Parts: sequence; structure tokens; C-alpha cells
Amino acid sequence: MLTVGIDIGSITTKAAVIADGQIRGTSVIFTGYNAQQAGTKVYEELLQQLGIKKSDVSKVVSTGYGRNSVKFMDKALTEIICHGSGAYYLNPRVRSVIDIGGQDSKAMVLDERGKVKNFTMNDKCAAGTGRFLEVMARALEVDLDGFGPLSLRAGDPSRISSLCTVFAESEVISLISKGEKRENIIAGIHDSIAARIAAMASRLPIAPLVVMTGGVAKNIGVVKALERKLGMAVEVSEYAQVNGAIGAAVLATGLK
Amino acid sequence: MNKMPEIILFFFAKIKKLALRFKKRKKMKEIMTVYYMEAKSASVSGRKVAWITSGGPVEPLIAMDVIPVYPENHGAMIGASKMGTDLCEKSESMGYSSDLCSYARSDIACATVNGGPIGGLPRPDMLVCCNNICGTVLKWYEVQARYFNVPLFIFDTPFCHMGYSEEVQRYVRRQLDEYVLFLEKACGRKMDSNHLKAVGKLSLEGQRLWQAVLATAANKPAPLTAFDAFYHLALIVTLRGTPLVIDYYSQLLEKMKDRVARGIGAIPNEKYRLLWDNIPIWPRTRWLSEKLASHDACLVADTYTSAWCGTMKYIDENNFFDSMAEAYTRIYLNIGVDEMARTVLEMVDMYKVDGIVMHSNRSCKPYSLGQYDIQKIVEKKREIPCLMIEADMVDERSFSESQVSTRIDAFMEIIKQRKGS
Repeated sequence: MLTVGIDIGSITTKAAVIADGQIRGTSVIFTGYNAQQAGTKVYEELLQQLGIKKSDVSKVVSTGYGRNSVKFMDKALTEIICHGSGAYYLNPRVRSVIDIGGQDSKAMVLDERGKVKNFTMNDKCAAGTGRFLEVMARALEVDLDGFGPLSLRAGDPSRISSLCTVFAESEVISLISKGEKRENIIAGIHDSIAARIAAMASRLPIAPLVVMTGGVAKNIGVVKALERKLGMAVEVSEYAQVNGAIGAAVLATGLK
Repeated sequence: MNKMPEIILFFFAKIKKLALRFKKRKKMKEIMTVYYMEAKSASVSGRKVAWITSGGPVEPLIAMDVIPVYPENHGAMIGASKMGTDLCEKSESMGYSSDLCSYARSDIACATVNGGPIGGLPRPDMLVCCNNICGTVLKWYEVQARYFNVPLFIFDTPFCHMGYSEEVQRYVRRQLDEYVLFLEKACGRKMDSNHLKAVGKLSLEGQRLWQAVLATAANKPAPLTAFDAFYHLALIVTLRGTPLVIDYYSQLLEKMKDRVARGIGAIPNEKYRLLWDNIPIWPRTRWLSEKLASHDACLVADTYTSAWCGTMKYIDENNFFDSMAEAYTRIYLNIGVDEMARTVLEMVDMYKVDGIVMHSNRSCKPYSLGQYDIQKIVEKKREIPCLMIEADMVDERSFSESQVSTRIDAFMEIIKQRKGS
């Protein structure tokens, strides 16, 4: 059986193909202006790349903010359930998942069968999301991929106290003008995100094993900061960014 | 009255016509239209108008033939007609902070422009402010008392974290006497204590009927949803203590009992039963009801509409006036979080709900403050999930559709998973 999961997020669109329980391939593109187009594009390109015909695909499940914008899916499910399922598929020992996406961050707890028992999401605010990091990267003129490694070199992380993305940006700008080192500012930004996420996750409360998913999981600085705030190890799979799409593909296998 | 404006004559004609109509079939819209028109023409008919807070003791006003008018009810109307954002912005340009309650902001702005769905509220002759629902009302009513230059009565109900003391009873009871004196002075005549007793009986009877109406939703499928209750609520809030309320809810109760007997549900295919906490998101009630119905989920009960029949246990039918002190002090928003959680747990059991939807209402701090604790208590004691939605009762700027939509979808996926379907 061959299934596809498509995760149309606010920043990137991801796809994953699962055949007979194994990951056959994954893909990530920018969502851009048109979510529907991005969903179709990532789907068709990945199938082409893997040499799979559309007629070979049994089921497609979409997720993410654009989940209802594509027409070829068999079912649309939320990121919560897909990230839970993806993380469990990749590591059945997982009991908590923290997903930081473009405009949402969420924490969920799973039962021993991988079902989501409960979840919590960020409040109506971009602080603590991938978008927050993007805004900061622009202010600091650093490529987002450089954030993680740079922050690990910080001697004395700055303190970013504002809860608001816009105000935090002006805080960062004033730190820059004071001549504060980039790595300290970046480490401070990571601490600020981690503090927010940890507070949200602790409300559930979460339990080990904690896995982090979503694009922001690629940032080692955020992962380390989160481990410190939670007082728990946080594992990141190589598939972290496409975890939601993998989960969608896994859930697609269960569709009748 | 030497010059009766034409508009008032027009109103009277309308009232008469409508009054004849709703003798046959009592419809909420008509009752409320007549009510507001009567209040708007009160100066012509020689009656007084008092603005009063939603949790305020209204029975003495009814007994004095004063027309009670509710700025909060007006706020809900403004919100439901999606006129809140403009009025909130207007109040902000007047200097009020956007962090203030959106009922207060829209009401304060509305008074200066006679805007909103009914062209502003009828002008008050006096204001009655009871702080059992929040502290904002004190400043809000002071603002309006200055603006309209009318007397203000403040009815102070101390917060009851746990229990109710003798001192509180004495303190609140004494204010009831002052309240009556205030009304007698404002109206220029004495209170008829027998009439007040009769009004008290009607008030209690109205509350019993309202509770009976809400309780029909304990049936599966529920014959009415909380969205219906939000609509039918208007009368128990505004006209409690009048025979009109008894007639209306008696008819509604019959209708609901009939639906139960015939197994008719409020939504086409009720599979999941939810409890709502906090004031509705007025501009979004339709969207939300359709959203939930698309998941076969029915809001079978809520902590909001049930607050208008939540303190009957403190009312002594034969001594309504004295017992009012306790009944008005121990309302849902004036008690500690533990007691609130107990009320929520009782509702969870009575209505057999699968989950709770909590509206963290940016406007209403007393209602929203303890929600995370209540959530924890309920999740622990009943093991059902709670969803938190951040929004506002009137101000649409605090609502993000796609975010709320995703949260509801995820919440429903979990409930479906738990129920194994």
C-alpha cells in the first residue's frame, strides 16, 4: 500500500510517501502565496522524483494550515494528530511532542499506542513560532540556518523580555545598536522562545520521551535551550521538518 | 407634555400593534422590540429608566415600575450585529484603553453617537451598578453617570472565596435598604412591599422555568444548544420578575419537552456533547455553531446562561428581599475558583459532556482568570479534554478564524479518537 501525506504550512509545504510501512521519500518547498498550488506542486514533484504514478497512490491525507485548500486529498486532518502520529511512527517510545511551526507552536502528549491524549497551542501571538525567528533573522542580518551554530558560541546570552514579536524586534535592534554580540542576542532569542514553549508544555504536563518536530527543530540552539528550560532531553529526528507529512501518510494507511 | 414628537407617537402605534401580535405568539424579537420602544418612550409615558448591570438586583426596579435597561445586553447586541469593532475604536479615540472590557468600550462610545443596532440605548434616569460581576462596572457606570448627569447607586457585593459570612450578609442586606431609599427618592414615591414580594415570587418562578428549559438539554439528543440558550437568555436577564418571563419560558419549556418526547435534537446528528465556558463570542456565534455542528458536536450546556438560575438555592421564597443579599452575592463570577470548578463538574455530570470549550475572553477578566485552574481540575477529576479559545465577546480584532478553526478541529479529532469513532 502506498500513501502520501501533505503538510501545507504557513512557510513551507512538505510531502512524504510511505510504501508498505517504509518512508519512500520526502520533499519540502516554500508555500508562497498560493497554498493550493504549493500542495499540488510538492505532490506531483515528489511522485515524479520517485517514479510513482498517481494511480499507484491509495490514499492522500493533507494537514497544516492549507489542509483544506487542496482538492485531491482523501481526508484533511490537523497538524496535532499528524505530528503525534509521525513522531510515534519514527519512535514508538515517544510520549510528548513539541512542534514549532511557522505560525503555531504546540505540545501534545501521547498514550502508549501513539494516540494524542491532550494538546496545547500557543496563544494568539507569533512569539514562540518560526515566524518570530524569521523576523529576528532579518533584524540581525543572519541567515536562519546560521542561528543554531552561532548561538552555541554565546558567552552571555542577552535577555529578551518582551512577549511580543514586534516589541522583541525593537529590543533586538536596540541591543544591536548597543554593540551586543550577535551570538549573545541569538542565544537570548532562543531562550525567550524556549521559555514560552516550556511554560505552555508544562501545563499539560509533558513526560519523557520528548521529541521536537517542525522546521524550528533544525535549530540546535532552540533545542538546547528547550532542554535546559524543561529539564528533560529533547530528541530530534532527521525527519523533524517533514514529521507532520509523515504522520499524515501514516494516518492515510488507516483510511477506509 | 406640550410637544409630543412624532417619532414617539409612531413608537406608541408600533407598540400597540406589536402588543396585539405577541398575544398570539410570543416571539423574542417582538418582545425585545416592544421592550426597547417602551424604554425609549418612557419620558412620554411618565416612567423612569434605570441602567443596571447584568448581575444587579432588578426586582426592586420592577416593583417600582422602573424600566430596567442593560448596557451589557446592548453590548451583546452590538457584538452580534458585528458593530463592536467600530465602536471599540471610537472609544479608543476617546482615550479608553483597548485592554478595557469591550462591553464598556462599545457602550461608552455608543452613548456619544447613538450608534449600534438600535440607535443607542434609552436615556437613563438613574444607574444601578452591582459589582458582583466585575470591578470594571464601577468605573464604567461612573463615566456614564457623569455623562448623563444622573444619580448612581453602587451595590457592593464582597467577593466570596469560600462560603458566606454573617458580616457579609449584614453589609449587603443593609445596602438593600439604601437601594430602596435611592429608588424612592428617584421615583418620588414609596416602595410597595407587597408588590415587591409578588415580583420576588415571579422572579424565582422565572428562574425555575429557565433552569428547567436548560435542563432539557441533559437529554440525548439535546433539544436545544447553548447557542439557543444565548438567544433565549435575554428575558431572564432583562425582565426577571415580570409575568411575561413566565409565559415565555413556560411555552419554551413545553416546546423543548415535546422535542425530547419526539427525540428531536437541536443539531442534525448529535454524537459529541460539549460544555461552553464564558460569555459567547457574539460576532461569531453562527460561525462557531456551524463549525461544531460540522463535527456532530453539540454545545449542550454552558456556565454563562445557567448563571441566571444558579443561586436559587439561596433564595427564600417567603422572604425574597432578605435572601436577595446572599443570592446576589454568591453568583458564579463572585465566588472562588474551587467553587466555580465544583459548578463546572456538576454540569459535566448532569449533561454528560465529552469535553469543555473555554473561551478565554480578553474582555472579561473575572470570567477568564481561573480557567486554567478549572481546566486542570476537570481534566484530573473527569478525564475529559478542555479546549481554550482566545477571543473576545465583542471586539472582532481579537479573533483569528484560522487559528480557532485548527484548534477546534484538533480538539474534535481527539474527542473522536477517545470515543473510538
